[in-house]
Amino acid sequence: MITANLSAIFYLISGILFILALRGLSSPDTSRQGNYFGIAGMVIAIAVTFLSIGNFSISLAYVIIFLVIGGAVGAFIAFRIPMTAMPELVAGFHSLVGLAAVFVAISAFLNPEAFSLGIIGNIKLASLIEMSIGAAVGAITFSGSIIAFLKLRGIMSGAPITFRGQHILNLTLGIGIFILIFFLCKTQSASIFWTVILISFLVGVLLIIPIGGADMPVVISMLNSYSGWAAAGIGFTLENTALIITGALVGSSGAILSYIMCKAMNRSFVSVILGGFGADTSSDETKAKKDQKPVKSGNAEDAAFLMKNASSVIIVPGYGMAVAQAQHALREMVDKLKKNDIKVTYAIHPVAGRMPGHMNVLLAEANVPYDEVFELEDINNDFANSDVAFVIGANDVTNPVAKTDPKSPIFGMPVLDVEKCKSVLFVKRSLSPGYAGIDNELFYKDNTLMLFADAKKMTEEIVKNLD
Amino acid sequence: MEIDPFIFRLSIFILSIFIGYYVVWSVTPSLHTPLMSVTNAISSVIIVGAIIAALAGSSESIFSSSSIFGFIAIILASINIFGGFLVTQRMLQMYKKKKDKKK
Repeated sequence: MITANLSAIFYLISGILFILALRGLSSPDTSRQGNYFGIAGMVIAIAVTFLSIGNFSISLAYVIIFLVIGGAVGAFIAFRIPMTAMPELVAGFHSLVGLAAVFVAISAFLNPEAFSLGIIGNIKLASLIEMSIGAAVGAITFSGSIIAFLKLRGIMSGAPITFRGQHILNLTLGIGIFILIFFLCKTQSASIFWTVILISFLVGVLLIIPIGGADMPVVISMLNSYSGWAAAGIGFTLENTALIITGALVGSSGAILSYIMCKAMNRSFVSVILGGFGADTSSDETKAKKDQKPVKSGNAEDAAFLMKNASSVIIVPGYGMAVAQAQHALREMVDKLKKNDIKVTYAIHPVAGRMPGHMNVLLAEANVPYDEVFELEDINNDFANSDVAFVIGANDVTNPVAKTDPKSPIFGMPVLDVEKCKSVLFVKRSLSPGYAGIDNELFYKDNTLMLFADAKKMTEEIVKNLD
Repeated sequence: MEIDPFIFRLSIFILSIFIGYYVVWSVTPSLHTPLMSVTNAISSVIIVGAIIAALAGSSESIFSSSSIFGFIAIILASINIFGGFLVTQRMLQMYKKKKDKKK
């Protein structure tokens, strides 16, 4: 058994190790070391908790058994999950943090003595507020992440679900939670505590269902942030420094990512939360236009010919590449081009994919060196000097309408200047609009050659034709 | 007058938000996915609360109503800890620079 002061110092150390873990991610070189710092911080926190309780009865054996069960499940998932499914995985993990926060808050409420927060029916006021906020945010994180998970998995349609009075209902429930917490503090009634948690579960569902598939990067980041605030709330309840520091880190991390994602789509955070974006797929007007405009389409042979005669090629990957699992074929194609002394780089839009940085991971998985992969602002000027842009699975992030048509819903969104390339190869299954539900002008440009096929099949075909 | 310990915790909390703000902005965009999975893993340090709850039961009743919630929370959090750190590790292993020896 170690003293409370000593264990507080160890919790501080583990908090600092967590900061270093995030710091390591500033470059791929230091990132692996950062991850070890994170693991060390976690080991210290858990070990100190065991030592500070000093209760080495039979329950300790159970704790370790449950830890091992959970750990085995987690390790199994971590090794088996394909990289294309990272968004779902992260959403799923968020839900677990949320639910764990709820359960810890519940057990603190049921047995406050164990946490030295007072006795049942007379829990310290501050602790009661902290635990109910932690429980409420945790519950919202849990049910919200479950919905996000179902949408990302495709079990639930990605289309926004909206109904009249939705926002008023959410607002009412939100205010209701605060009023209930107020009464909870006055009465210490268990039934109010349970009601707060139930309503919060409901709010989580209602918050996420109106948000469409295109906004998923924001949703995941936002839930990341919530899981942090929930942890911080519990940290205050337990008076635990490690948990408070971590909660603050994770909370601000998620908030920054949401901000970056919103900015990359030129959407305000509020409009994403209110949802409904991408609900009305292409109005009649754009449909009519589509029929009239001519489109040049080609096959793998044409594409191979164009690229062989180019001196520089920029690849623009998007979510379609992930769906078709085309990243390995793509890498094969790039290898062949490089053998012909063609310069190949990759351009990644911040919201390409379903979560921040998703494309980078997929390319890394296909052994693409990370110094060939560039972010939007670093590569956008290069399109004008390049011969071929190979757009694979991306759509809205290349649409020039965002720069030209103030009426377009995506106007003002930073896009990749793909059309400035001498020629554009656009791999796509059909002319259907992307998630934003708008037509891409790029399809009808003179220098665009559409390659209508599955991304993986087309890339494999091109590889054959490059020989 | 003595300062309430809550104020100290609040100070730690607010300073940590600032640290988080600056540290996260320095994360390179290509590592945003590992950032999310590692933040996921570290937020599972909530397991300390779960362990306290689970160990609170007396030796006669290991599974009281409150410790059961603790035990479940241990499972949830440890899935996240192992899953989060390992999947981050797996991703970070894949980030490689251009190989020079190839030529």
